[in-house]
Formats: sequence, structure tokens, C-alpha cells
Amino acid sequence: MFEAILLTVITAATPLLIAAIGELVVERSGVLNLGVEGMMIMGAVVGFAVANQTGSGALGVVGAILAGMAMSALFGFLVLFLVANQVATGLALTILGIGLSGMIGEAFIGVPGLKIPELYIPVLSDIPFIGPVFFQQDALVYLSFALVGLVAYGLFRTRMGLVLRAVGDNHGSAHALGFSVIKVRFLAVLFGGACAGLAGAYMSLAYTPQWVENMTAGRGWIALALVVFASWLPFRVIIGAYLFGAVGVLNLHAQAIELDIPSQFLSSLPYLATIVVLVLISANRRLTLVNTPACLGKPFVPDR
Amino acid sequence: MKKFLKATVAAVAFAAAGSAAQAADLKACFVYVGPVGDFGWTYQHDQGRLAVEEHFGDRVETAYLESVAEGPDAERAIERFAREGCGIIFTTSFGYMNPTIKVAKKFPDVKFEHATGYKTADNVATYNSKFHQGRYIIGQIAAKQSKTGTAGYIASFPIPEVVSGINAFMLGAQSVNPDFKVKVVWVNTWFDPGKEADAAKALIDQGADVISQHTDSTAPLQVAQERGVHGFGQASDMINFAKDAQYTAIIDDWAPYYIHRVEEVLNGTWESHSSWEGLAEGHVVMAPYTNLPEDVVAMAEATEQKIIDGWEPFTGPIIKRDGTVVAEEGVRLDDGAILGMNWYVQGIDDELEQ
Repeated sequence: MFEAILLTVITAATPLLIAAIGELVVERSGVLNLGVEGMMIMGAVVGFAVANQTGSGALGVVGAILAGMAMSALFGFLVLFLVANQVATGLALTILGIGLSGMIGEAFIGVPGLKIPELYIPVLSDIPFIGPVFFQQDALVYLSFALVGLVAYGLFRTRMGLVLRAVGDNHGSAHALGFSVIKVRFLAVLFGGACAGLAGAYMSLAYTPQWVENMTAGRGWIALALVVFASWLPFRVIIGAYLFGAVGVLNLHAQAIELDIPSQFLSSLPYLATIVVLVLISANRRLTLVNTPACLGKPFVPDR
Repeated sequence: MKKFLKATVAAVAFAAAGSAAQAADLKACFVYVGPVGDFGWTYQHDQGRLAVEEHFGDRVETAYLESVAEGPDAERAIERFAREGCGIIFTTSFGYMNPTIKVAKKFPDVKFEHATGYKTADNVATYNSKFHQGRYIIGQIAAKQSKTGTAGYIASFPIPEVVSGINAFMLGAQSVNPDFKVKVVWVNTWFDPGKEADAAKALIDQGADVISQHTDSTAPLQVAQERGVHGFGQASDMINFAKDAQYTAIIDDWAPYYIHRVEEVLNGTWESHSSWEGLAEGHVVMAPYTNLPEDVVAMAEATEQKIIDGWEPFTGPIIKRDGTVVAEEGVRLDDGAILGMNWYVQGIDDELEQ
């Protein structure tokens, strides 16, 4: 039973984890992209369409990543080169993504999808309990963990990460030191788009292999909240994503075993948890200041 | 100022041109709660709209707004349609009830049709279908086919329509196996494929081997297919998503009703009413019975015929969970009791939040 619950939690948490880790990098570079939901849904529809046309799940995933990147490139162009308002542009990106995906996906409504196969890691997957939970997942689940590790390493152990964080914390100084703020931010935005697209592909190719309009159902917004929840630290994103996934799934199990807790209360638990964490974070001002990118959401215009 | 005048003149001219181009006798408008591509509830309403267009050709123009949230947004959407000159407006979700009534008061000449609600006015009619008739049949099938004697039921919101569906399902199941169990999981959404899939997984993990749903996506059936259990399509025939898993589907067919009501507006014979029809009138249709042994198909078809001939699934004895007898042997529950149902029949182990 516990094993079954855990398996469901993993699928529920993976899209949140992938989208959130991408947005974390974007925000670390000082850009706030509220368009995660829009990039994710575009990833979902393009991933589904490509997989459907080519019969290859892998190509679908690649297509989804490219779609997410294309959306984020549009966002990056507007906010970085034309210095458009980031909040408004991000919201517009979400609205555009939802509308555009509905249009692209019209031909695929009611068409059964293709599911990315699970990868059984030899020997390890035969271990009781641990095997099925950790070593019989689809490739994207492994990838999600690898991504978190890579991002954590990249951000805090490499020069590249140092530059990225410098750009996010004080774009004026970074610029004075000769780093191209716009270039660094644009690359970060593209990475965020790729992750959101990948998360979308996970929705339409692994979680629920089908295309229906609006199928991400607000998960992009949860991913955004998770970045704050994690106070911009990669490993905390895992905790947040799995907490959200677990609370959602436990709610369903609690009902199935007929526990007398109002389902509405259980459904609202993840959001209550976010509020509590936000209160705790903001109560500790020093901790907040250490991790919050100081230039988050601020436009940058190089003064030559 | 000059510029402003110019713009105004242009706008008026444009508006005039717009209305001149409107040769249709009537504009029929639809407000949807989900996207037209949900392949469930909203998709079926849109199929009805398309049927209206096809039936009347140039005489009737249609328009729709999709994914309109229930609540204040809905009021704005409905009012917009009323201002735009829609002659009849169909609001297709329970949560649009109060906004519809409110807007209808302001526009007495516009006809309003609200789906699944219970408030009417001179220019507001309600319409609904007897989905519970289909649910009785699938309850029987579930009880026949389940090896564990347990079905899972993914429910959306505790409103009478959903509750009466659960009860009808249970009554059908009990007519085959009096000890049948139904596990109910509330997901508090009409449409979230991921959450619906998770709910299906949870129910299967807890021993249910037949899944019934009152949510709109195909995700639960896909999970059933993957896990080798069975289920029923909701609103649309979902067989393409679950070739080996779907036993049948309860299909909502709104086309006959929409065409009929639009016709009445055109003839000037439209009157407010509360329409509530089912299998007999073709407003509820059962998808082909598949993946079932012959005797079960025969049973389902016999029940379907019995209902078409006028039998009501909510015919006594009906006993509430707390033991109160609601209907004695052979007594038929009246429509009001079914449409306002807020209690469970005996045998359902779930608390209903009041």
C-alpha cells in the first residue's frame, strides 16, 4: 500500500519539480517569468503532437523542450531587449500559451496518446520495495533528479553559477565587471523554458498520455509558488514538489479508506502549507535576504 | 476632439456594418465551464451547438465562451452575450445558476436556458438529463463484473446531481449484489486529468477493480486500461482511450434539446419550463457495451429497455444510510426528491458534507 502511494506521489510531483527547478534558475538570474503555465501547456501540446506524428516519445520530449524554449525566447526578447514589464509579459505568455495550445491541439482531441515507457534498471529494480519505487520509473523521473543535482552543482560550485547569481543579485556590478547581463539572463530564461516544456511533456506523455485543453490545470502556478517555498534553493524544491504531490495523493487515499476528514480541507492543504512556509520565511529576514535574488524582477538597461 | 469624433463615427459605422452583415434571424449563445476540447461535458455541449448550426444553416448564428469560471466572471460573460444581441443564451453549468437569474432580470426579452439548475423565471428555463438512469445500468454492470466486490467512484462536487448519480449506481449494483461496496473519492474539480488519474490509482490501490467517474476527463479510464481494470466513459464515448477497459459510456446528447428550443424561439412558442429527460428521449445514450460477456450485455440492454419503457431507477424500496425509509416497495421517488438529493442510500460508506 505504502509503495503504491509513493509511486503515485512520484508521478504527481515530477512535473512540478521539473518546472520549478527551471524557474528557480530564471529567478536566480533576476528575471521573474510568470509564464510557466503557458510554456508548460505548449510543451504538453507540442510533445503530444510530435510523439503522435512520429510515433516516438523521445522526439516528442525534444519537441516539447523546443516549444518551451521558443515561448521563453519570446518572453526573453520582450523583457530583456525591449525591457517590457516582466509581470505583465509573463501573464501574457501564460494566456498566449493556453490559447495557442488549444488551437494547435484541436486535431488531437480524443486521440489516444503514447506513453513513455518505464525504464527498469537491472538488478536494482528487483530489490523489494526500493526497486519498484526508485528504479522502475520512466526516464523523465530520473532526469528530474539529475536536473536538480546539476542545477545545485552549477549554481553553487561553478564559475558560471557564480556569474548567474551575481547578475541576479546586482546587475549593475555584474555589468561593471564586464559580464553581459542580458546574455546571461536570456540563457537562464531559455533554460527555464526548456524545463517548463519538459514538464509539459511529462503531463501529456507520461502522467496522463493524452491531449486535452488546459490539461496542466494550474501546475505552472504551483511550480512558481514552489520556487518561493524553496527560498531559491534547489534541494528544497524537491522537498516542496514532493510535499505538494504527497498531500494531494494522500487526500485521495484518505478518502478511499474512508477517513472522516472533509475533502475540501485536504484539497486546500498544499496551499495552506505554502502560506505557512511563506510566513516562516518572511519572519526570518536574514535568511530571506541571503537567498532572494536582490534584482528579481528589476529591469536592466546597460548604460554603456 | 476632432480625432475623438472621427473615431466615434468610425465605430458607429463599423457597428452598423456589423449588424447589417447579421442576416441570421437569431443568435444562440453558449457559456461553457470548460474548454471545448475537454472531450467530456463541454465538448458534448459544443457538439450540440454545432448540431444547431448545421440544422438551421444561415437562419441561426451561434457563439460561445469557453472556460468561464463559475461565479462573478460568469455574470459578466452572460451579460456580455445579452448585450451583444443573443436571442437565447444557454448557460451550461450548475454554478451559473444565480448569475443567469440575475442577468435574466435585466434582459427580459432574452431567453435563458440554464443546465442542471433548479431556479426558473419567466425568461429562464432549466434543462437537465436523467444521467442517473445510465448510472443505474453501469452500477449493475459493475456489480456483475467486479471480482473484489468493490467499485471506485471519482466524484467532483457534492451537489444533488452527483449524489443522485452515486445513489443510482449503488442501487443498480445492489440489485445484482446486495453486499456490493462503493468507495467514493471527491476530487473537488470537474476537470484536472492529473488529479483524476491519481484518484483512479488510489482507488485501484485500495481494491476497487471497476472505476466510475463523475469528472470530465479520460484520465481515469486510461489508468484503468493501464492497470488492467475496467471503467465507464463519462459524457462522451471514450472507447478510443481504453479499448480493453471501457464497458460502456453514458453519453450526453444535447443536440435534440438545443435544436428543439432554438426552433421554439424562432416560432415564438418558447416558454420557460424545467426539462428533464433521459434514455427514452435520447438525451442520455449508452455507448456500445464492450469487453463484457453476453449475459451481462443482455442484462444491461434489458435494464435500458425497461427504463426507456418508463421505469424509474429510484423506485422503492429506498433506504437512507441512517435507516430512514424514503420510498416503500414499488413507490417511485418524485422528481423533486431526485433533483434535490442530499443523502446517501444504505451501503455507501462515505460521509456527505452538508
